[in-house]
Amino acid sequence: MAAMTSGTARVERQISLPFKQAFRIALRNITIRVGRAMITGAGTMLGIAFLMSVFASNLMLTARGVEPSPAQAQKAAWLVAMSLLVSFVGITNSMLMSVTERYKEIGTFKCLGALDNFIVKMFLIESGLLGFFGSLIGSIVGLLFVIVTNLGFVGAFNWALALLYMLACIVLGTLLSVGAALPPAIRAAKMQAVDAMRTEV
Amino acid sequence: MSSIATAEVQNGAATTPAVSNADDYRASEHIVRVRGVKRVYKIGEVQVHALRGIDLDIKRGEFMAIMGPSGSGKSTLFNMVGGLDKPSDGTVFIDEVDIAQLDAGELAWLRCRKIGYIFQTFNLIPVMTALENVTLPMIFAGAGVDEQMEKGKRLLETVGLGDRLHNKPGQLSGGQQQRVAIARALANDPAIILADEPTGNLDQKVGEEIIQMLKRLNKESGVTIITATHDDKMYKRADRVSIVIDGEIQAVVPPEQLGDNTVDGFLAQLKEEKDAAAIRDLETAAEVTATNAAITGEG
Repeated sequence: MAAMTSGTARVERQISLPFKQAFRIALRNITIRVGRAMITGAGTMLGIAFLMSVFASNLMLTARGVEPSPAQAQKAAWLVAMSLLVSFVGITNSMLMSVTERYKEIGTFKCLGALDNFIVKMFLIESGLLGFFGSLIGSIVGLLFVIVTNLGFVGAFNWALALLYMLACIVLGTLLSVGAALPPAIRAAKMQAVDAMRTEV
Repeated sequence: MSSIATAEVQNGAATTPAVSNADDYRASEHIVRVRGVKRVYKIGEVQVHALRGIDLDIKRGEFMAIMGPSGSGKSTLFNMVGGLDKPSDGTVFIDEVDIAQLDAGELAWLRCRKIGYIFQTFNLIPVMTALENVTLPMIFAGAGVDEQMEKGKRLLETVGLGDRLHNKPGQLSGGQQQRVAIARALANDPAIILADEPTGNLDQKVGEEIIQMLKRLNKESGVTIITATHDDKMYKRADRVSIVIDGEIQAVVPPEQLGDNTVDGFLAQLKEEKDAAAIRDLETAAEVTATNAAITGEG
C-alpha cells in the first residue's frame, strides 16, 4: 500500500512559477488598480522627466553653440543628482505602500502554495513594468518640453545622442523602480502566511 | 486532558480486524496525527503557552470540528494542523509526514496539493475573477491552461456558480464568495480541507448552505474536513468534535454527546463536570487516606 511509505518520500517540492504566469498576474494587478498604478508610475515619470529635460537642455545648449561654463556644468550635475533622488524617494514610497496594503493577499497566496520567490517575482515584474512605462513616458515628456521651449534651434539638435540619453533614462528608471520594490517585496514574502493574513492595514 | 482522545484511538485500533502492524494501520487510517504538540509564544518577556501538549488523530475522510472559546489555542492548533505554523515541541504528521522536517519548498507543495484552505473572511484575491481565483492554486501546481479553465469551470459549477465565472469578489455576496473559496480549496484535489470559522461572517441561512455543501463534499469525495467553529449547526454535522480549553484538548466526542447544548453551554457543563470530578477525586482521596489510616491503625 502506497500509504505505508514513510517519511518525506511522498512530499515533493513546489515547482517554480512560470514567468509567463507571473507576468500575467502582475499585469492584471496593474490594469485592475489603474489609479494606484498611475500614482506609482507618476513618481517614476516625474523624476525621469526631470532628468531627461536636464540632459536634453544640455544638448540644446550645444545646439545653440553655447559652450557651458564650469559653473553651469556643475549646476546641471546637481540637477541630475536631485532628480535621481526625487525619483528614488517617490518610487520607494509608493512601492512600500502597494506592498503593505496587500499583506493579506500575500498571506493568501502563500496558503495556496506560493513560494517566497513567487511573490517576489510578481512584485518585481509589476514594479519593472511600472518603472518601464513610467520612465518611457517621463523621458518623452522631458524631451518634448525642452524641444518645445527651444523650437528655433532644433535643426542643430543631436538627435542620436538624445535618443541614447532617453534609453539610459528608461533603463535607469526601470532599475530604480525594481530596486525600490525589492526590499518590501522580500519582507512581505518572508512573512509567515498566518501573520501576513492577520495584518490589518 | 488529552487522554480521552488517545484512549479512543487505541480502542479504535484494537477493534479493527486483521491489521498486521499497528504502525501500518495508523499510516493508512489517519490523515493527521498530532503528538504532544506544544506551542509557546514569546511576547516580550512573557511566555504564552498557547498549546500545552496536544494529542489528536483525525481519520481520513472524517469531518472534525474543533471547538473552544477564543484564546483557547483553537486557532493555534488549527494552524498547526494546516502546516501554517510549526510546534515548539512535539510533532504534527500530515499524511505521515512530519511537517517540522519540511523545507519551504516542500511545505508550499503540501499547502498547494494536500490542503485546501477556507477562511472566515473568504480571502479571495479582489483583483481576480471567480474563475481566476479558483485557477490560482492550479497555476502554482503547474497545470496547463486548458486544464485550469476546464477544471475551474467545473468546480464553480459544483458550488452552483456556473453563471458567475467572470465576476469579481466585490460583485458577489458573502455566501457566493465563500462558495468560490470552497471551489478554490478543491482546486488541486486536496486530501484535507481546513475551514477556519467558514460561517462566521455569514448569516444563518447562507451559513447553513455552506455547511451543507461542505458536508456533501465530505460524503461524496471523501475529503477530510477540519473546521474550527463556534457555529452550533456546524459541529452537529461533524463526525467528531474536539473541545479545546486552555491549550489542552478536554474531550473528543461525537456531536450527539453535546446534545442540544450550545457550544458555550457545553463548555460550561464540561467545566462543571471537571470541577465536580476534581472535588470527587479529593473526597475519594480523603476517604482512601482515612481507610488506609484505619487499616494501618487496625494492623
